[in-house]
Amino acid sequence: MTSALARDLAAIVGEKHVREARAERLTYSMDGLPTHRRVPDLVVLPGSREELVAVVRLLAAHGVPFVPRGAGTGLSGGALADEGTVLVVLTRLNRIVRIDRDNRLAVVEPGVVNAKLGAAARPHGLQYAPDPSSQSACTIGGNVAENAGGPHCLKYGVTANHILALEVLLADGSLVDIGSPAGESWGPDLVGLFVGSEGNFGIATRITVRLMPLSRAVRTLLADFTGLRTAGEAVSAIIAAGIVPAALEMMDQSCIRAVEDSVYAAGYPRDAAAVLLVEIDGRNADAVIAETEAVAELLRQSGARSVRTAASDAERERLWQGRKKAFGAMGRLARDLVVQDAVVPRSAIPDVLETIATIAQHYGLVVSNVFHAGDGNLHPNISFDATDPELKQRVDAASAEIMEACIAAGGTITGEHGVGIDKLRYMPLIFDAESLGAMYAVRRVFDPDERVNPGKVVPLHACREWSSRAVA
Amino acid sequence: MTILEKVTALLGEGAVLEAGTDRVPRIAPGSPDAVALLLGTAHQEGWRVRIEGAGTWLQSDAPADLALTTRRLDRIPAIEPSDLTATAEAGIGLDQLRQQLADRGAWLAIDPPGLAGRTLGSVVSTATAGPLRHGFGPIKDHLLGVTFVTGDGRMVQSGGRVMKNVAGYDLTRLQAGGFGAFGVIVLVHLRLRTLPRADVTYLLEGAREDLTQVGEDVAAAGLTPAALELVSPALARRERWVLGVRLAGSPALVAADEAGLGAASGGGRFTPLRAEEAHAFWMRLAEGFAVRPVTFRIAGVPTASDELLDLLQHQLGDEWISASPAAGAIRWTGEATIDRLQRLRRTLAGLEVPLTLERAPWPLRGAVGHFGAYREGVGPLVAGLRRTFDPGGALVVATEGS
Repeated sequence: MTSALARDLAAIVGEKHVREARAERLTYSMDGLPTHRRVPDLVVLPGSREELVAVVRLLAAHGVPFVPRGAGTGLSGGALADEGTVLVVLTRLNRIVRIDRDNRLAVVEPGVVNAKLGAAARPHGLQYAPDPSSQSACTIGGNVAENAGGPHCLKYGVTANHILALEVLLADGSLVDIGSPAGESWGPDLVGLFVGSEGNFGIATRITVRLMPLSRAVRTLLADFTGLRTAGEAVSAIIAAGIVPAALEMMDQSCIRAVEDSVYAAGYPRDAAAVLLVEIDGRNADAVIAETEAVAELLRQSGARSVRTAASDAERERLWQGRKKAFGAMGRLARDLVVQDAVVPRSAIPDVLETIATIAQHYGLVVSNVFHAGDGNLHPNISFDATDPELKQRVDAASAEIMEACIAAGGTITGEHGVGIDKLRYMPLIFDAESLGAMYAVRRVFDPDERVNPGKVVPLHACREWSSRAVA
Repeated sequence: MTILEKVTALLGEGAVLEAGTDRVPRIAPGSPDAVALLLGTAHQEGWRVRIEGAGTWLQSDAPADLALTTRRLDRIPAIEPSDLTATAEAGIGLDQLRQQLADRGAWLAIDPPGLAGRTLGSVVSTATAGPLRHGFGPIKDHLLGVTFVTGDGRMVQSGGRVMKNVAGYDLTRLQAGGFGAFGVIVLVHLRLRTLPRADVTYLLEGAREDLTQVGEDVAAAGLTPAALELVSPALARRERWVLGVRLAGSPALVAADEAGLGAASGGGRFTPLRAEEAHAFWMRLAEGFAVRPVTFRIAGVPTASDELLDLLQHQLGDEWISASPAAGAIRWTGEATIDRLQRLRRTLAGLEVPLTLERAPWPLRGAVGHFGAYREGVGPLVAGLRRTFDPGGALVVATEGS
């Protein structure tokens, strides 16, 4: 990487928005996962769409690979840039272009923080539903790239369900509009294909999102259980009853104690083997009350030791703060934390949790579970010290075994964090060479030179070749 | 050897069905592997293949060397009521699938247009949602994954069988609404719901403008209908426009919404339907779109619905229309010419409203295309994806028209 390129980039965005010094670049060497580290050659922070387009066109002219990055809260190493690669940070593109209350949509730039969009929509009586735990920092552009989820996605769907249209900047510097304000595509569903492509297809420069009416009534329940299995079975009972809670979250004892020992203490019972946090919401208060009573009864019938309803907004927020800050609270357990992400069929949750406990015991590791039980989206979190190479090896081995257990149960390797570089090794466990080859070929339609976010999502060594089949 | 002889040698006599009126050999592979074998051979031989399901939706008239029908792919390998998931082959009829799910207390919350035996693969590949899109979203929201066979015979899996999945690119969404341009869907993993314990339908007749206002009032009142559909008199076979409201879910939710519906419409204006009447009303609506020669859908923002309905009336006539204004979706069926459809698509493009041609006789379909009026830069991407998934152009699909 030449300093001439840095000069040319500075001419577009201004000198202070190009980071060349190693100390500055180190700031961008990790995301939310402590197990991967890459130092980019250059970091550039464009401040407008026009600057971003000029930056990408300059990189295209020089054939330089680049990695788009939002707030860097990802948990798969997806926004890390290797040597020889420029990191394009999008946090300065943070304008909410417009909110259309009548049509329940908003147009935003990629660097808008998720929670800020929610706050801006609220006065209009609207909400942006996907709520990843990092929502106070993560950006909508990053959410689009990763197809982010969150606790309330059980009822309202993940990011892909809320993106109507995109303006996309391809690697060659061309801009393409896909989707429409009503969500229907001009042709095949390129928006659906783009969301969750982890930056491999380009950068979403304008994002049209669907907003939803705010719920008029909300009830939050905390149920505690003396066994993990009974808590898992309670989840199945609720789903089978045909009630779709807004959120249905589970925390195990290790997680509960970490939260209760932290500043985020929420009043969870420390001796419980697991707690379920269940939220019922809707626009009709009578229906919400009736469904809440039905859920409370199901929880009791399923073996809950106690079921408590948040009596006030403050108590509700406290219960949720414990859940949303659980990852932070786990920082008390060890200096590093691997946040895993896998999905299993809901009915397999009890068995898989027991298997995870067995794996943790075998490797002598502390594994805490806090997860989206209603979706079967597990987050087994391993606390450890990454400076201990032997311990790190055990963590890697245990992580792999946990993934294999989830796959064996009919699940998958990631529900919301993405593949990035962390899950590359697991992709051949769930996709055959033909299917991986198909993904690789699709990526090349959008980015023939493979310059955007290289080395992520698809393990090239495991792909079957797609360009050699001859036509008679 | 003729094509028919080669195919018979490849797949056996059981795969060869009686040809249609155009005498194009009709082949019904009995497994996904057989589909892959057939398309791989077609690719090598340079045969042109049209894709068919039960033959009840898209006209079976595209010029081709053979017709591949999915109707023997009619198994349901898995229904998991406790996980609310199912896996079904693409050729299963929706009526059969619905029945088997209902027997297990599960529900696929889609009600696409067409006849009862329309195949699952047809619905997914054309992404034709019905009135339930209002409450439960478009077809793609009900899919967990698909397996498809490309035009050169490769079998590709996408997604999985679990509720959330971001492993790899979402090729499922490319296939949903791709009209077969990117491969033949052979297997579908579905997201289900529990069978609603309460399910009621109310109708209100009146002038279109009045009903539109009532629909807005219903939405503003905080009700959560499963369907809120505005239906033209010709389609509803009534004197005036009809607003159909379907409430489905838990008894508590439905009871609360029923009370709210009366209040939102000024008290007691809606007529409740008996269960069999409700079934007949929604079935008539669905089947109505399969009997006229041309059907298309357009999608505009909710505040544009009235303007779009006026535009359709002005350019094509009222004919048979069904609209879900809050979901931004309008479906039209009737008779139309190539010129009129192309002009309408251009006009709509200026309003940021895409027109998707769902079904039409081949001369019209081939000229107008299912898609069109792409924004700048979209055409090369679509063409690139077509080359990727059908490198020899074996699959006969009127993607963009001539």
